[in-house]
Amino acid sequence: MAYSKKVVEKFENTLNNPEAFKVGKFNPKDTNIGTGMVGAPACGDVMKLQIKCEPQGNTHIIKDVKFKTYGCGSAIASSSELVDMLIGKTLEEAKAIKNIELVEALELPPIKIHCSVLAEDSIKQAIEDYEAKQ
Amino acid sequence: MSTQSTIYLDYASTTPVDPRVATKMMEFLTPDGEFGNPASRSHKFGWKADEAVEQSRSHVANLVNCDPREIVWTSGATEADNLAIKGVARFYKSRGNHIITSKIEHKAVLDPCRQLEREGFEVTYLDPDDKGVISPNQVKSAIKDSTVLVSIMHINNELGTINDIERIGEITRDNGIFFHVDAAQSTGKIQIDLQKMPVDLMSFSAHKTYGPKGVGALYVRRKPRVRLEALIHGGGHERGMRSGTLATHQIVGMGEAFRIAKEEMNEDHGKVIKFHQKFLEKVNEIDHVYINGDLNNKVPNILNVSFNFVEGESLIMGLKDIAVSSGSACTSASLEPSYVLRALGRKDELAHSSIRFSFGRFTSDDDVNNTLDILGNVVHRLRELSPLWEMHLDGIDLDTVEWTTH
Repeated sequence: MAYSKKVVEKFENTLNNPEAFKVGKFNPKDTNIGTGMVGAPACGDVMKLQIKCEPQGNTHIIKDVKFKTYGCGSAIASSSELVDMLIGKTLEEAKAIKNIELVEALELPPIKIHCSVLAEDSIKQAIEDYEAKQ
Repeated sequence: MSTQSTIYLDYASTTPVDPRVATKMMEFLTPDGEFGNPASRSHKFGWKADEAVEQSRSHVANLVNCDPREIVWTSGATEADNLAIKGVARFYKSRGNHIITSKIEHKAVLDPCRQLEREGFEVTYLDPDDKGVISPNQVKSAIKDSTVLVSIMHINNELGTINDIERIGEITRDNGIFFHVDAAQSTGKIQIDLQKMPVDLMSFSAHKTYGPKGVGALYVRRKPRVRLEALIHGGGHERGMRSGTLATHQIVGMGEAFRIAKEEMNEDHGKVIKFHQKFLEKVNEIDHVYINGDLNNKVPNILNVSFNFVEGESLIMGLKDIAVSSGSACTSASLEPSYVLRALGRKDELAHSSIRFSFGRFTSDDDVNNTLDILGNVVHRLRELSPLWEMHLDGIDLDTVEWTTH
């Protein structure tokens, strides 16, 4: 199966320039950090997504994001694509992100849709973790 | 899109046709060549084609030390496996309905066995040991009164490990059971002597040994005689075992490839053993690397490695100008990791992290050096991206983590 050009580009850019593409970690204990980790090694993909937020008005804004992903090229590209969407969004806007947006942005084939589902789960979990700390 | 800038290290999947083989094949296609139907008995076109087919049959027989009359042409090893397994099981079904095979066979053996199960046969799938070897004793203890056929591969295509075919054959012979061996990965890699090996049926493929795709052969022993129910009917070619006009150019290609394989086996072996050694040294310099298979009992043209904390398909993507295979789920249509590695008892994550490198006649020192130059770097960068590597460095035992499986 050939990968879409978009997946290949996203994967390669992330691999070659990890810092610019927000690969890394925040201290999960900080109260302004929300961490989500989904997937399992036995299934071949694990995504860890961390958001750094700030209160603004009656909501919170995502100021920065870090991630690490173990998985196939599409899983890594999906995480990286999601990260691009998150910065500057309110938590409500971030919660509304649907996996189909990643599928379309990366032209994922049906067999790789689970990568985008996992990415959507990772942001949901990260937001839950953050909200539980507030 | 040209693939010429890509390094090919996937010889166990298929080999390029040796240019000497391709030249020979070209002589049997065009109006100025020997294009005749080998079954035409009434003119020179047929006689010439038939002569070429028989010459090729001898080349194949020579490589494995059998009588040319014991070679049946097929469309490949898959058809040979199907013909052997279904053919024997169905012909001898009045004798018994039990078949023994292993969990690490190629799908070309497993799927015909599954089909026979649907037809009422009973199949025992033996577990390999943790190195990927099927023990002869296991075969022995699985034998029942109703056992008619044992099918065990010679060399495993993912691991390169070698089964003790002679010993297993002695056991099947003592028990009056037919023994089929899938030897698709063996020809030109390891000596096969069918005068000494108590094997009744053996499958061969041309395209794993520098011949063309689309042709293979089944060895069917004459003494003691083995009989088969044919799968394909229509003219009674190949003594009724496989009908259909013989593909002269394909057969000539296989014959020439096997002739060269016999002549150059030592040379080919010397070359890949050097690459294998070099690969092993360099790969062992990387932390948390596991060699799959048995280093003391395998062919050197295949090397299967798990790079822990890195997923195989992403590693393949990272090694973008290098063609290799992965045991990772993601490269296949199913989402299961390699059933072969799982059968060895490897944890699923190690199966997901595995890469098969395989070398061959046209692999160069540069191919190997260039691959090794970037391999360590790509593994390192993917680990920097891996939450599992991070957890490992933080001293977390991944086995104690509760994962949200999906």
